[in-house]
Amino acid sequence: MSQELFDRFTKCAVELLSVDAAKVTRDARFKEDLEADSLDLVEFVMALEEEFSVEVPEKELEGITTVGQAFDLIAAKAK
Amino acid sequence: MSRVVLITGGSRGIGLATAQRFAALGDKVAVTYNTSAPTGDFLAVQCDVTKQEDVDRTFAEVEEKLGPVEILVSNAGITRDGLLLRMKEQDFAEVLDANLTGAFRVSKRATQTMLRARKGRIILVSSVVGLLGQAGQSNYAASKAGLVGFARSLARELGSRSITVNVVAPGPVDTDMTRALGEEKLQAFAALVPLGRIATTDEIAGVITFLASPDAAYITGAVIPVDGGLGMGH
Repeated sequence: MSQELFDRFTKCAVELLSVDAAKVTRDARFKEDLEADSLDLVEFVMALEEEFSVEVPEKELEGITTVGQAFDLIAAKAK
Repeated sequence: MSRVVLITGGSRGIGLATAQRFAALGDKVAVTYNTSAPTGDFLAVQCDVTKQEDVDRTFAEVEEKLGPVEILVSNAGITRDGLLLRMKEQDFAEVLDANLTGAFRVSKRATQTMLRARKGRIILVSSVVGLLGQAGQSNYAASKAGLVGFARSLARELGSRSITVNVVAPGPVDTDMTRALGEEKLQAFAALVPLGRIATTDEIAGVITFLASPDAAYITGAVIPVDGGLGMGH
């Protein structure tokens, strides 16, 4: 896992979800731990798409509940 | 009040009257026009709401010159009247594209910045015929009814961010669009209205500015008839 990529991911999370960087860990769950609702997540994904110049189709977001899952999805696309 | 207001279809009729009202309140107003640019105390931007690139360029210009849009009035609309059997699919599709999908395009773009601001007002201009129906206007009525479901869904999606979404449903109004019906048809229309006359554009604009005002903060997902009683019960 690239730390540089994760730092950029964390920066987006801090800005869009208004959480402390310390809470953005791989195991953190968006809903329960970061208190993000569906709109927050839509905004977050859009910010990630911009930050990493990637596109994430809705379908690929299904079943993603944790920071680690989301990061892996983005990191795999960000080449 | 110096809020940033964007009104689509502001070259005449209800849109122009609404622009003048907001400007008189001290707001920073931008209007879009398709062919003829209006002049007044507002920024006029050429925009065909059926073109996504026009919508994007319009918002970029408004954001640069006035700031992020806080109040959106989606008012641009067209008619292609005809009885169903004589109506071409193109006439139906074009009206839906301008009146309903056009509202989608501008609402979606405005929502981007309203979400970040955690506030905003979206007002969609529909029509009494959306819920009442009108022979010869199945395309127009369908597009105007569609705005109701669209607005109410947005009201649910965006409510948690203090963004309200409402619909204004005018009856017959003294505009170029209704004058195109001809004097005889217009008089017949007016006779059906309990108040016995057609509305001035300013009477519609006043309700739109109310929905954008602090007094309307708790109104969302509403369809406000401004129709002299024509649509009562719908």
